[in-house]
Amino acid sequence: MSDTADMRADDAPLSTSKHAGAAIDRATAELVEAKGDSLVGRTVTINRPRAELFAYWRDFTNLPTFMDNIVSVIVKDAATSHWVVKAPGGKTVEWDAVITEEKDGETIAWASTEGADVPNSGRIDFRDAGARGTIVTATIVYDPPAGLVGKLIAKMFQREPAIQARRDLRRFKQLMETGEIATASRTRAQLEEEKD
Amino acid sequence: MRALTWHGKHDVRVDTVDDPEILNPRDAIIKITSTAICGSDLHLYDGYIPTMQAGDILGHEFMGEVVETGPKSTLKKGQRVVVPFTIACGSCYHCGKHQYSACDNGNPADKQDIGQELYGQPMSGLFGYSHLTGGYAGGQAEYVRVPFSDVGPIVIPDGIEDEKVLFLSDILPTGWQAAENAGIEPGDTVAVWGCGPVGLFAVQSAFLMGAERVIAIDHFPHRLDLAKRFGAETINFEESATYEALMEMTGGIGPDAVIDAVGLEAHGFFVDNVIDQIKKSTFLGTDRIHSIRQAIVACRKGGRVSMPAVYGGIVDKFPLGAFMEKGLTLKTGQTSVQHYMPALLNAIIEDKIDTTFLISHRMALEDAPKGYQMFHDNQNEVTKVVLKPDFAAGTVA
Repeated sequence: MSDTADMRADDAPLSTSKHAGAAIDRATAELVEAKGDSLVGRTVTINRPRAELFAYWRDFTNLPTFMDNIVSVIVKDAATSHWVVKAPGGKTVEWDAVITEEKDGETIAWASTEGADVPNSGRIDFRDAGARGTIVTATIVYDPPAGLVGKLIAKMFQREPAIQARRDLRRFKQLMETGEIATASRTRAQLEEEKD
Repeated sequence: MRALTWHGKHDVRVDTVDDPEILNPRDAIIKITSTAICGSDLHLYDGYIPTMQAGDILGHEFMGEVVETGPKSTLKKGQRVVVPFTIACGSCYHCGKHQYSACDNGNPADKQDIGQELYGQPMSGLFGYSHLTGGYAGGQAEYVRVPFSDVGPIVIPDGIEDEKVLFLSDILPTGWQAAENAGIEPGDTVAVWGCGPVGLFAVQSAFLMGAERVIAIDHFPHRLDLAKRFGAETINFEESATYEALMEMTGGIGPDAVIDAVGLEAHGFFVDNVIDQIKKSTFLGTDRIHSIRQAIVACRKGGRVSMPAVYGGIVDKFPLGAFMEKGLTLKTGQTSVQHYMPALLNAIIEDKIDTTFLISHRMALEDAPKGYQMFHDNQNEVTKVVLKPDFAAGTVA
């Protein structure tokens, strides 16, 4: 049986569906704002309490610490933040995001506003995992841009976001569990180079 | 500092490179006093391991003196430590279960992708062993940066010379874990394929765990002699038929537990590479895959198979039928070095385990390329090369 927007064939996460169209319809109906037709979902288990992880994430200015592509996040008011993200060719893309849903210790959902270079929406869910800590799931929907510059950006946002999300979540896990982000660099100069 | 660096097949050099620095709070910098060449280093030397980059510093068996510590390190300057080859954080779920080689955090985030694709989940980082296991600089150098230094390195009491404890870094715990995975019961006969360092330590460990007999299998006479020294009976597979000999020597039953310490000897690897390697050399290919196949067929009904030997990819002609029909149990895995170090250090201090017999050559770090070549060319005589950064070039002991 195939998935449709109205009927689920199984209990697997939408991001693992073999029916991309139906999955995005369902995801935008249930989970996130409709901001594009590409869906990424990644989950990681972190051996720390849920409240601690939520609090760190909720301060968006912390995100560049473990998200390599983010240049900066500026919090404008209680609901709005401005994001500057690296793009290929030394360029950056920017957008404003508003919080569309928030449950303390559980969920943060957002959507980009009009005029975003890369329209996107998403949510981070934190669930208790007993002795294993907390299960953190990121679900992101985005709209790869068109045009020549768009192609370059798409290269990053279309092919890489799943890998990028996985790496970002791993770094978040490293930071929360060990207090640092693992690096194989030997010298400070190498470490700086690695971060560029 | 001076360091042994990889440049390509059979091309390793001692270069001058930048000294390591403290980069994370839990780091320490160790000044190396002794470092060994591992059998698995020869696979890097032979150019079999992908994701190597020119200039990579090799070495994952090393020890030395703490010279610098990060703010969260628990080590103190001047302490002598042996460093485990597995880089583990001590705080993730797997470390909590003492499965240190499965640490979630020891491998940098971007380096985990390959392991995730190949094996389903990425394993820990390792020192000096390609970029698949992190791309960490190794310890065949004057200094090394050690991450998570509050978890990995074990402090060595004064008065115990390097050579007694150096092998706590890898091969001694690996041999011990191999014997432990064999689930040895008192009175057991245990067969060990391969009398390299891991096999020889597995022989010693098996006896310590209560094995009545250990049968060691190899084709290098000198290595079989070393096994004999610890009380093992031997089979030289170039002189005798291994399966038939094992059946006769065990009264037609087969060994209660079998240990494959041959494998591909490497610390990890790629499907393509493995197939390639097998294709490259009929002898290596057939013989090495042969060891696990032969171990399974020889093992007694309901017996136990332990596989410290490293297999990185996919093998065919695996005797799954014999494995199932006889109801065997298989245990394997990269060594959780940190888990075994304290008890093994005590066993060394109490003279229950000797590791020094293994060392055949001591050389200057400056002469490391010659050490690699000797080890590569003569595995019968050269059982272990220890490199000393403080030896003058040309010194041999």
